[in-house]
Amino acid sequence: MTTMFDVGNKVAAKAVQLCRPEVIAAYPITPQTVIVEELARMVQAGELSAEYLCVESEHSVMAATCAAASMGVRTFTATSSQGLAFMHEMLHWASLSRLPIVMINVNRALGPGWSIWVDETDSMSQRDTGWIQIYCSTAQEIFDTVIQAFKLAEHRDVQLPVMINYSAFTISHTMMPADILSQEDVDAFLPAFEAYWRLDWRNPVTFGNVISDEYAMEKRYTMYRGMEAAKQLIPEIAREYEQTFGRYHGGLIEEYRLDDAEYVLLAMAAIGSEAKVAVDNLRDKGYKVGLGRMRVIRPFPDEELRRIGKGRTLIALDRNISVGSGGVVYHETRSAVLGVEGCKVYGYLAGIGGRDVTYEDIEGMALKVINGEADPDVVGWWDLKDTGGK
Amino acid sequence: MERYEADTTISYPCVGAAGKTGGWRDFKPVIDQSNCIKCLRCWAYCPEGAVLRGEDDSVSIDYDYCKGCGICARECPKKAITMERED
Amino acid sequence: MAIKDLARQELMHPGAGSCPGCVDLLSLRMTLKALGEKTVLVIPASCTASIECSYPKTPFQVPVLTMAFAASGAAASGVAAALKRLGDDDVNVVVWAGDGGTYDIGLQAMSGAMERGTNFIFICYNNEIYSNTGIQRSGATPFGAWTTTTWTGKSEQRKDMLGIVMAHRLPYIASASPSYIEDLYRKVQKAASIKGPKYLEFHTPCAPGWRFPMEQTVEMGRLAVECGAWPLLEAVNGKVEFNLRSKQILDGKYERKPIEEYLKAQGRFAHLFRPERDEKALAEIERWLDAEWEHYRQLASCGVAAA
Repeated sequence: MTTMFDVGNKVAAKAVQLCRPEVIAAYPITPQTVIVEELARMVQAGELSAEYLCVESEHSVMAATCAAASMGVRTFTATSSQGLAFMHEMLHWASLSRLPIVMINVNRALGPGWSIWVDETDSMSQRDTGWIQIYCSTAQEIFDTVIQAFKLAEHRDVQLPVMINYSAFTISHTMMPADILSQEDVDAFLPAFEAYWRLDWRNPVTFGNVISDEYAMEKRYTMYRGMEAAKQLIPEIAREYEQTFGRYHGGLIEEYRLDDAEYVLLAMAAIGSEAKVAVDNLRDKGYKVGLGRMRVIRPFPDEELRRIGKGRTLIALDRNISVGSGGVVYHETRSAVLGVEGCKVYGYLAGIGGRDVTYEDIEGMALKVINGEADPDVVGWWDLKDTGGK
Repeated sequence: MERYEADTTISYPCVGAAGKTGGWRDFKPVIDQSNCIKCLRCWAYCPEGAVLRGEDDSVSIDYDYCKGCGICARECPKKAITMERED
Repeated sequence: MAIKDLARQELMHPGAGSCPGCVDLLSLRMTLKALGEKTVLVIPASCTASIECSYPKTPFQVPVLTMAFAASGAAASGVAAALKRLGDDDVNVVVWAGDGGTYDIGLQAMSGAMERGTNFIFICYNNEIYSNTGIQRSGATPFGAWTTTTWTGKSEQRKDMLGIVMAHRLPYIASASPSYIEDLYRKVQKAASIKGPKYLEFHTPCAPGWRFPMEQTVEMGRLAVECGAWPLLEAVNGKVEFNLRSKQILDGKYERKPIEEYLKAQGRFAHLFRPERDEKALAEIERWLDAEWEHYRQLASCGVAAA
């Protein structure tokens, strides 16, 4: 085992290299670019044996990736924000094709105006596309999750693409240590990919022709079943990884200091790690606060939230917004815990468009709720400036 | 053919994927074999592959799938194919 | 190449879902004869969806990747890359797109695939309309044509797609017509014999879309060539040569038939003649046609820059 000390994106590229993708199609976009630059360098330096396609748009990235995966080979790509939005049509294509593509999306705000800073509205806008969505908080978690993601996507019971998300700059461009596995270790954990279908002239099939209502609904149902299987398999694969390599970052939700907690913060990615500091500080001040770090948004961890929410107050921190509704984690959590005894849900929008969210901000939001100064039916805007009456 | 395990829109080749398309026909081509010179233009220009080419390059119509477009009759240099109204 | 030499092997099963007399299907049938079974087709949204029929059946005896409308060029790159990894790179990778999927929504992805040197054949079957969605105007629709989005006739000339593709400096580019089936077949085989990106465009008259009787479809394609509305040409490493009738026209050995013969045969141009002749529009068509042939003459004499 070696230790890397590098930015999140470089650690991600290292993990991808060890997973031996056969085809990588890519288009640059800040702040994920470092990943695809590094993979291109690896391929050109002979450190990674793969076909690397420089395509002309993100829509084409996902089309080329789907096409390669349809031929039965392992594929990877990465994107952010506008790029992910441009892929939207092909994201549905990938999941309906049951292709185990793994993609990193570095969360970045959508324009206009142009913003390269973190905001999770990009991936949250894609949560109905049939992709498993995992959110990471550290370089080490990215490394370990990439390897687990291929195993998950390629599992017979899943056969769905996986999107690994993490925060622009605060994770993508921040130097962090990460322990790196050897190629032999990764090969043992992640066997070569055996496709469940492929286009092959020796066994010619037509993929994707017209499908009538007689069959279409069942295709969605079996996708849904794949997602349900992922709910079981994400924690299982994480535990298998822990048993093999000794590292564990949580299942669908990482539970931090929950034992006697009366208040539970729900947060993800960069805010998810910052919230641990806030929890420690609040604990030091005598408040019974814990953290549920949301690692997985699709499939949504309903059962875990119902268990965690029983008799507790949940405080969802959303760095995303569905305008006209509110934060996605807040609303989906409210829906999940409906009828759970003694559970209240509060929601804050924080850090939208990349505004920094410090542990002090998080403590501030928690204290508003604890001190009875917040309304559970109204989404709070944290650190909102005066908009001049507009 | 191998049937794939994945549950997605995978379709397998078969004759008559759109049914017996011969049923779409209003007029049917009838070949006057005595006038046929085996030039194979009807076989080549039939969109459907519904003009059958024999080993000896004689031609016949696959009425199960001929849609009755009439291209064969128009392309026959000997006017050996006539379009007759279906009963 | 004589008709007797066309492969006996049929890679399209009979009983496909296309309209009677469809020369998209005829062109596909001939293309697959020319290519053989070691072929993967990428087919974006287009009329060919009706040929593909409905799940779980298909008439295709080669693998088909149905693709999103805008993306077929990129998908071809993905297929070719995977074939390379699988050691199967003697397989023909072929995009089969309509004019919408080529001239319009598919242009960017096609251009990208050509620029990055994908080893594939991009085939545009050009019926000059969005026919599958019900006869709307495309970038390939000729001036004056009625469509369901140009009720009084299209007011622009068609895009010079062959010119756009030639600007990519490909090793092989050809235009063909299923009405000259041996020529089409030969060009598909020629394209398959060359490594790198190739472009073929087939002019495929559409009886329901152009408003003429279905049995005339092959004749209509021939008339298009004879009137000069469609050229038969090929460019090997940038050197342009015209073929058959089109060559005879350039060589002065065949006089272009009057374009009105072609226009009058199609209901989509009927408004140019009834209730009275639209002299202005007809003059514009003549002007454009003369300019096209002057352009073809220049292409034939100097070619374009080599690949």
